[in-house]
Amino acid sequence: MNNVLGVINLSINQPLLHELTYSRATATVPFGGRYRLIDFVLSNMVNSGINNVAVLAHNNYRSIIDHLGSGKEWDLDRKYRGLFILPPNNSHAPGFNGDLQNFYGSLEYFERSIEEFVVVSSSHMICNINYTEAVENHQRTNADITVIYKEMDDESGDFSNLITLDIAENGRVERMTENRLTKKSNKVYMRMIIIKKELLIDLVKKSVNQNYYDLVRHVIIRNLNELKVYGYEYKGYLAIINSVQNYYKYSKELLNPEVWQSLFYQPGLIYTKIKDEPPARYAQSANVTNSQVANGCIIEGTVENSILFRGVRIGKGAVVRNSILMQKCVIEEDTTLDHVILDKEVYVTSGNKLEGDEMSPTVFTKKSRI
Amino acid sequence: MQKKECVAMLLAGGEGKRLSHLTTKLAKPAVPFGGKYRIIDFTLSNCSNSGIHTVGVLTQYQPMVLNSYIGIGSSWDLDRKNGGVTVLPPFMEQRGGSWYKGTAHAIYQNIHYLEQYDPEYVLVISGDHVYKMNYALMLQQHKETNADATIAVIEVPIQEASRFGIMDVDKDDRIIEFEEKPKQPKNNLASMGIYIFTWDVLKRNLIADAQNPASSNDFGKDIIPSMLDSCKSLYAYRFNGYWKDVGTVESLWEAHMDLLLENPPFTLHDSKWRIYAKNPNKPPHHIASTGKVTGSLVNEGCMVFGEVDHSVLFYGVHVGEGSLVKDSVIMPYAQIGKNVTIRKAIIGSGTVIQDGAHVGSADESAEITLIGENMVISSQMV
Repeated sequence: MNNVLGVINLSINQPLLHELTYSRATATVPFGGRYRLIDFVLSNMVNSGINNVAVLAHNNYRSIIDHLGSGKEWDLDRKYRGLFILPPNNSHAPGFNGDLQNFYGSLEYFERSIEEFVVVSSSHMICNINYTEAVENHQRTNADITVIYKEMDDESGDFSNLITLDIAENGRVERMTENRLTKKSNKVYMRMIIIKKELLIDLVKKSVNQNYYDLVRHVIIRNLNELKVYGYEYKGYLAIINSVQNYYKYSKELLNPEVWQSLFYQPGLIYTKIKDEPPARYAQSANVTNSQVANGCIIEGTVENSILFRGVRIGKGAVVRNSILMQKCVIEEDTTLDHVILDKEVYVTSGNKLEGDEMSPTVFTKKSRI
Repeated sequence: MQKKECVAMLLAGGEGKRLSHLTTKLAKPAVPFGGKYRIIDFTLSNCSNSGIHTVGVLTQYQPMVLNSYIGIGSSWDLDRKNGGVTVLPPFMEQRGGSWYKGTAHAIYQNIHYLEQYDPEYVLVISGDHVYKMNYALMLQQHKETNADATIAVIEVPIQEASRFGIMDVDKDDRIIEFEEKPKQPKNNLASMGIYIFTWDVLKRNLIADAQNPASSNDFGKDIIPSMLDSCKSLYAYRFNGYWKDVGTVESLWEAHMDLLLENPPFTLHDSKWRIYAKNPNKPPHHIASTGKVTGSLVNEGCMVFGEVDHSVLFYGVHVGEGSLVKDSVIMPYAQIGKNVTIRKAIIGSGTVIQDGAHVGSADESAEITLIGENMVISSQMV
């Protein structure tokens, strides 16, 4: 995989994440008790042996730079290759229409790299994938573009804001449909492609010159007849973080030990920025069931069906159910929380009762005091 | 090399015989502690937090795990262009070579390492103790008193004083007398094995000591008494915090139980004085619907399906359904099956306790049960 460049495309934000993205890019939305969304795709690339990774940053990229730093936690602080954060280069275009403009702005990086293939991925499709087999498959089928997809269960239901694929028996992609309303295909495009670098450069240049701006729509879908676009099926666990509701739903799926095992351990480990927090401390009065707890937490109350990020404090007599509490939230004594998402550093004073419901959990924004 | 005001020399070669099976393949400073750390993390973090970024680590016994754990020191922010961590094992040279014979001999053998930095002061510490201490404050006192040596001391109960090196001091805390493990202690100020020396004075003493065939080349037994004899100015530095030698199975277990007290004398939850460790990169731990955890410390990567009370679980530990872990320390990656009971025990890293096994006794006065690393314990065995 020394011959493969990794590109994390952050141009597409997920507007339905609402409050969770007010102060940060989609890629740095906290997930899974100690991670950010981008940790998954970045770790996948590193675990696949890709050691040259570019992050095409877009808006709100302060949080990206803060989180990734030199790339040390992902073993990407290298003398040669390593991690490159490429901010948007808007000097060529008056306004921003789509991600191709960011590729175009960073063409020099692509031209200078010596790798033959590129894996392009966005950050909101959470999975644990080794790209090695997909790249081998790409070479074997002699495809121009390989798109990675996941066959979802019918009951996973909500396919809005997703792109689904119709694939012929030989594996060639015949149709890609946005916002599918009637159910035909359950093959969800995971916003991950494999392409030869030279072809990518060529397609980006041509498309931008013709005023096209969207990678999926204008490079892939528009060229489905001219280019050989093949599908590659990913069979592991996939969480699609494209709305607050899905964020909540997939977070709670982590409470299933099988999902926990497969997402965090197989085939590779997920790396993140280290905080050097001590182990979580359970008081004698703690009562925790079916929950996921990160380091640095101090728990004196009751926690059920919930996820506690690093450094959360739960006071005596507090009851937290079906909730997600991000880093450094403080829940004072005798408080009740049910179906809520608290962003980082939310402080809930004693005696409060906060409730949402299963279908629409209530979100409290970063640093709010209640 | 750039000059450094103070260089730390960390003695990490101890075998830790009294830790029994825990040190078969590990030097004592590499023994796991506190759910996440190794004992040496406390002194290395103290150095880092005190602004002492040049640390020589003297290894000897079973150094492999320790060497790879320390690496280039990045876990403690000690990977520096100038200084940083240097692991200093015993070595051969043209005129021969030898193991480090004693603590002073270990420093003597590495005079050339220290000279590179042309230091004013040398801090000598050991990787055997659990404590949080700002060495910069001790150095400040050393400079203010214009001492040749400063020894950190802690008050111990007088009835226990005969287990320690005891200082007799005057009203200014200048040391008048030093007695190693006195039968009739005159005082209760125990040496913590933490010394700051003015380097040129120490260097002369190390050279003289090395030429004395009768010497055991030890700081407590030889260097300090001889400096006192030659009327050097030695001061005690009083330390009031928590300090524990975790050199025996009992004290290792006790120190873990101290962490679990309702108002612990020693807290790891201290964002102003973090203890750093190499990170195993594990997801948050999972407490199942059948799980119950009280009065405990639990690290990342654990899965708890049973009951854990008043215990410390290191990373990657699995506790099966119907099992009870009480008053125990479970080291990394130990796998505890179903319907197991573990009481008042230390379970070594990677050990498997199979379904239905019982370890330890419910009797409170029972001794601590120690199970070493990578063992397999079945229900028939205990």
